[in-house]
Amino acid sequence: MADNMTGGDRREPTVIVDDAHVVYRIQQSATPGTGSPLASFKRLVTGTKPATMREVHAIKGVSFIAYKGEAVGLIGTNGSGKSTLLRAIAGLLPVERGAIYAAGQPSLLGVSAALMNDLPGERNVVLGCLAMGMTPAEVKAKTKDIIDFSGINERGDFSSLPMRTYSSGMGARLRFAIAAAKQHDVLLIDEALATGDAKFRRRSEQRVRDLRAQAGTVFLVSHSEQSIRDTCERAIWLESGLIRADGATDDVLKEYEAYVKR
Amino acid sequence: MPQTAVAGSDTGMTLKELARRHGLSAAGKLPSLPEYTRQLWAYRYFIASYANAKVSSSLGKTRLGVFWQVLTPLINAAVYYVIFGVILNTKSGVDNFVAYLCTGVFIFGFTQSTVSAGIQAISGNLGLIRALHFPRASLPLAITVVEIRNTLASLAVLIVIVLGFGEPITLEWLLILPIFLVQSVFNAGLALAGARLGSKIPDVRNLIPFIMRMWLYFSAVLYPVTRFTDHLSGWKLHVVEANPMLVFIDLMRHALMEDVPLAASPTVMWLEAIAWTAVVGLGGYVYFWRGEKGYGRG
Ligand SMILES: Nc1ncnc2c1ncn2[C@@H]1O[C@H](COP(=O)(O)OP(=O)(O)OP(=O)(O)O)[C@@H](O)[C@H]1O
Ligand SMILES: [Mg+2]
Repeated sequence: MADNMTGGDRREPTVIVDDAHVVYRIQQSATPGTGSPLASFKRLVTGTKPATMREVHAIKGVSFIAYKGEAVGLIGTNGSGKSTLLRAIAGLLPVERGAIYAAGQPSLLGVSAALMNDLPGERNVVLGCLAMGMTPAEVKAKTKDIIDFSGINERGDFSSLPMRTYSSGMGARLRFAIAAAKQHDVLLIDEALATGDAKFRRRSEQRVRDLRAQAGTVFLVSHSEQSIRDTCERAIWLESGLIRADGATDDVLKEYEAYVKR
Repeated sequence: MPQTAVAGSDTGMTLKELARRHGLSAAGKLPSLPEYTRQLWAYRYFIASYANAKVSSSLGKTRLGVFWQVLTPLINAAVYYVIFGVILNTKSGVDNFVAYLCTGVFIFGFTQSTVSAGIQAISGNLGLIRALHFPRASLPLAITVVEIRNTLASLAVLIVIVLGFGEPITLEWLLILPIFLVQSVFNAGLALAGARLGSKIPDVRNLIPFIMRMWLYFSAVLYPVTRFTDHLSGWKLHVVEANPMLVFIDLMRHALMEDVPLAASPTVMWLEAIAWTAVVGLGGYVYFWRGEKGYGRG
């Protein structure tokens, strides 16, 4: 793992994470009595924190550098902080301490990427593309390609039906198709390919390789060792918000397997 | 555990310097105000498209659909008319009380619905905020656009009511549009400020109904403004009459109706309206912008 850290002059870094901490603050549904307007008012006036405020320290000081043209696999058990780390890199969650630097605007592709469920797939494509900063002309030109790539119309005209009528795999395919329509310096993929069928997985893995070839950096979170092995040459193992290992995929996966089997 | 606090240990460069040398920008760095405004302008299509999506997904669930945009203000006006016009008979002093009341209810309703929707603009869209990257002010602004569209519908209803109750069309009707524009900017400022406040302190949502009701009573929606001059004097009267909602409503009444009691001369009220809008519009925008990087936490 030391060779990932040296040679900053030879390779161009695209993501630098410097001792980052991420904390979630959760407002729990209040116990009876504390939710009344009077109680809220008292809290506002006195400026006290409600007793129902809890904190989850999800990332506890992570540092690494990722370079241009690299595909980095992120592994770790459930709740280890993988999704949180990606959100922080994408700038969607503020860091509590430390800093994260990135080239351009990293783009996150996650399972929970919320498009509007009541709207048809087509309109979600438009909305998603506009939200990525495309112009209406670009969106118009790309809409058909995106829907074709996602393949949601293979079984009838689904692009005009609301997204809540899609199967989870279809939703994931559409979201991936939208995100992949744009050239990203840094693309963060959080289990977004997991629900796709074999055919779509092949196609999307090809797309990931294309994106890398265009000198981008790709982060991939997956619980499938196979897809990490296939797409990434470097892996980072995250556990309880800390890095346990960082290095060549095979080495890290071996360590990780030993840990999980234990 | 990796040793990674220092990169390229041979050169002794910290990660921060390395990032600077390669031109990487810190995620979560606040853009300057002009830069932010430029980004927001680039996202105008997103704002429009999101506003459309909001309207179609909310109206799509009801049977009457678009009619609710017109029905809601009508029912509102009817309820207030029965209580304050017929039963309590507050109309003494105003010739055309129905037109007077409806103007107040509709203009106040515009701000009221913008505020209550604006409070949830951030807290109700955390999924979208955590998934996609866009200037967050797009959300409260889109909500303001939705309310502007709704209010255009009720403005049409209002004009029919006012005409139906015998007001003539005069040259002053040309003022309707500028008043509406100024109020829209004012509302956008409130929605922006409310969105940040609502994301920081979820509790304000519970307080909004009380605040808005209080504001309603202080805005002479339900009774003639002359009630204030009758019962208050000195600084108290000045405070009550500086209320921006009172100013917007009175300006609109002045534009739509012939004989109407006003709180002050139209010129004074125009100055007040513009001052309020500048302060609230700009203040709300700056206040929201300063919180830009914190949205999406918790
Ligand atoms: N929205 C949230 N609010 C509060 N805490 C959260 C939130 N999302 C995640 N957490 C907490 O942060 C920690 C890390 O969660 P995260 O989602 O990053 O895990 P993960 O590694 O992606 O897990 P998985 O493999 O199940 O996807 C967990 O303890 C979780 O409870
Ligand atoms: Mg996850």
